Amino acid sequence: MQLILIYAIGLIFGLGISISGMANPAKVLNFFDIAGTWDPSLGFVMGGALLVTAPGYYLVFRRGQPLFNREFTLPGTRLIDRKLVLGSLTFGLGWGLAGFCPGAALPVVSTGNQDVALFMVSMIAGLFAARWMIAQTAKRRDAQLRHRAPQ
Amino acid sequence: METEFTPLASTFGGLLIGLASVMLMWARGNVFGATGILTGFLQPSSSTDWAWRAAILLGMMTGPFVYLFLTGSLPTIEVPISRTTMIIGGFIVGIGVTYGAGCTSGHGVCGMARLSPRSIVATLSFMAGTAVMVFVMRHLVGG
Repeated sequence: MQLILIYAIGLIFGLGISISGMANPAKVLNFFDIAGTWDPSLGFVMGGALLVTAPGYYLVFRRGQPLFNREFTLPGTRLIDRKLVLGSLTFGLGWGLAGFCPGAALPVVSTGNQDVALFMVSMIAGLFAARWMIAQTAKRRDAQLRHRAPQ
Repeated sequence: METEFTPLASTFGGLLIGLASVMLMWARGNVFGATGILTGFLQPSSSTDWAWRAAILLGMMTGPFVYLFLTGSLPTIEVPISRTTMIIGGFIVGIGVTYGAGCTSGHGVCGMARLSPRSIVATLSFMAGTAVMVFVMRHLVGG
């Protein structure tokens, strides 16, 4: 029962991505090309999403706990550090090249589009490469400082 | 490549993305971050943790077919770049979202919606990165 509901939630997201145009790299890249073939659509996607999520979260959090779990699983760290900023900046550089972001590409993987497949495979490779590098850094720090580096 | 400005469809799509994000927080108490969901699916911590991620990914991938059923065509995917650029871009995205601990859905929608300072900084950072790269590729390199 829980999994069917979760499946339906994924489906709503995937339908939203399909309707919004987020899965179209040409459209996404044009949002950032104000000096060229500007298409402001992406701003409306973000705006529409926030319009629902901001008040929706407020109401959900007021209930005190989620339906199927004892508590909400929110990101544990509130740290704003170099890793967050440089990582996000790097993501942006990649997004500006590819035109796909993870949430927009995942739903359309099922369409069999070859560019999406290429993006997804190389993104997952990058994901594992980064996890490996982060583990290496942590190991080195462990050896140096003899305390566990936060992940 | 010119694309048509679609304020209505994009807003409606955005509303659905928001609805899904709220529903996931309501049902399981998780943020709808594509990076986090995928990472946890590829390296699961337990079988119950894997199951909901598999279900939501399967649902996400069904979305385009519901779209096909409703409109008669699959979502448009126009790629104005070379395959090499796509591969390099994808790899960089994978590295960036792992270090930055989130992407457009996680930081940009879910984090921004709960006014997380971390997510606001992340979102501004990746938007800046994307704008810079698009400008460089289109107006300096001349793609």
